[in-house]
Amino acid sequence: MAVPVGVPERQAPGPTTAAAGGRVEGRSLPQMAWRRLRRDRAAMAGLGVVSALVLIAIFAPVLTWLNGYSPTQFNPGAIDPALGGVPKGPLGGIGAEHWLGVEPKSGRDIFSRLVYGARVSLLISVGATGVAVVLGTVFGIVAGYVGGWADAVIGRTMDVLLSFPSLIFMIALVAMLPNANRPLLLIVVIGFFGWSYVGRIVRGQTISLAQREFVEAARALGASTRYIVFRELLPNLAGPILVVATLTIPTYIAVEAALSFLGVGVKPPTPSWGQMLSDAVDWYQVIPSYFVLPGLCLFITVLSFNLLGDGLRDAIEPRGDGS
Amino acid sequence: MIRYIVRRLIAVAGILLVICGITFVIFYVLPADPATLACGRACTPERIAEIQHQLGLDRPIYQQFFDYVVGIFAGRTFGTGEAAVQCPFPCLGFSYQNNLPVWSLLMDRLPVSASIAIGAAALWLLVGLGAGVISALRKGSLWDRGAMVVALSGVSLPVYFTALVLLYVFYIRLELIPYPEFVNPFTDPAGWISAMILPWITLAFLFSAMYARLTRAGMLDTMAENYVRTARAKGLPERTVVVKHGMRAALTPVITIFGIDLGQLLGGALITETVFGMPGVGQLAYQAIGTIDQPVIMGVTLFAAFFIVFANLIVDILYAVLDPRVRYT
Repeated sequence: MAVPVGVPERQAPGPTTAAAGGRVEGRSLPQMAWRRLRRDRAAMAGLGVVSALVLIAIFAPVLTWLNGYSPTQFNPGAIDPALGGVPKGPLGGIGAEHWLGVEPKSGRDIFSRLVYGARVSLLISVGATGVAVVLGTVFGIVAGYVGGWADAVIGRTMDVLLSFPSLIFMIALVAMLPNANRPLLLIVVIGFFGWSYVGRIVRGQTISLAQREFVEAARALGASTRYIVFRELLPNLAGPILVVATLTIPTYIAVEAALSFLGVGVKPPTPSWGQMLSDAVDWYQVIPSYFVLPGLCLFITVLSFNLLGDGLRDAIEPRGDGS
Repeated sequence: MIRYIVRRLIAVAGILLVICGITFVIFYVLPADPATLACGRACTPERIAEIQHQLGLDRPIYQQFFDYVVGIFAGRTFGTGEAAVQCPFPCLGFSYQNNLPVWSLLMDRLPVSASIAIGAAALWLLVGLGAGVISALRKGSLWDRGAMVVALSGVSLPVYFTALVLLYVFYIRLELIPYPEFVNPFTDPAGWISAMILPWITLAFLFSAMYARLTRAGMLDTMAENYVRTARAKGLPERTVVVKHGMRAALTPVITIFGIDLGQLLGGALITETVFGMPGVGQLAYQAIGTIDQPVIMGVTLFAAFFIVFANLIVDILYAVLDPRVRYT
């Protein structure tokens, strides 16, 4: 079987050498990363969809005003009570009046619910990612930089968290805790069970950074720990942390949807994609569009974040073979 | 090596004990009084006190925890005299719902979860590793790009959505397969496969995608290593270079993740089991949470944690076999 010889393929010359013939211009690392990212069409498509989603989430009230139906408004006129509440018209009632059809039984407008669902999804996933990133960064740096007993304690804690059957635990916790503010509770619980992934990466990076000459030089010059952490370590950790964060958001979107799907996510009538899918289970034989639409929303959102995250990783931590 | 295994076993026991402690504190201290839950309707204060005594809930919390842990290894007796109920090793208590021993509930459910996990794992290893290796060897080809697009979609699809799509297409529209249910693999192997195929594909689609991406990245890294070039230079057949030099090194990290994933699934594929209505450990957990059946929740959590931790240990030991650079002290 003919197999290409494993000579590492070189990518097109990077931006650092792009100034061939001319003067070599100085560029900062973020600038270089951005240039690399801009060439990655898949990542830019991901960025485009993510930006659109953020706009949709922010302007959800405007969009539903255009549509004319609030996400929680019952529309008995759009369903057929004689047939058990099936939406009137083909494809789950898709048409000029209800752009993506209506829910069976309640007649709530699916477009409006999806738009508000984007809000819930992004709010909880980004919030939980924030919690995980802050905890993971703090504990990762402490473990990696201080070492010794701090590393041992934090390391063991991360081991325990990673061995936790966290989904069972999250469901149980959310189901049993008083649910005054479900979204906040979800953010805290998801973030708390997730920080160890970020922590492990930050710890590893910190250990390797702390041994580098520039950190040693700063220490030799008498820099305080505070200076080293905030001026030497954190700026260098920013790239990897950004990559992890971008790739954490889609997993948390899926976790939130899974929890809502299992009935312990955001409470009705607040719409969530996972909850819509769960409602659609009873109807999937009759009205496939009812489960396909929220499913597609989830899929496209998660895929876009994954594309963006993959692209960011390649742009920030480029490897010679372009893999 | 023996010393390493012993040390790791102690660490495993430690982690399980901590998980046990945290679970205990959260589920026994936090929510409503278990005795009231166990008592059900038509309950008098005397009856509650009686149950509390029977379950040992009138004792201090650390004593309760101690009893629980000892009960796992030595069994325990609830109550005294006439009302005494013997709970043999390994005692995880009794369900508040139906008074069955938690351990036997778990054992009833394990074959279902194991069937799902093992079938899906076989499928995703075959597809995921195969696709990953071929993609890496033909990097940039149409196959590679196609496979990676599918893989990226695969990791972005939530399992409950895949499950619904598969059910709709293969069960409702094409009527190709029966509705998924658990069939005993030993009495009816063919029925087992056709009844379990949808859960397998659902899970395997997600995991194959993850494994294909990992394998491809790992293979690309190792095939660019100097020792692979050396192997080629000394005239080894390409097959030997790819299999013995490339795959062996590239697959070690994949094996690590495989151990953890399989361990996690053996402790219950909660969403998949719930969607397909499979009576596995995951579904048991879900039902127990719905009825706040604390002994069952505790039992499932520990059971699942046990599989994860143990799978980790086995993987670490396997590492030494697969990767001669790893040596344990």
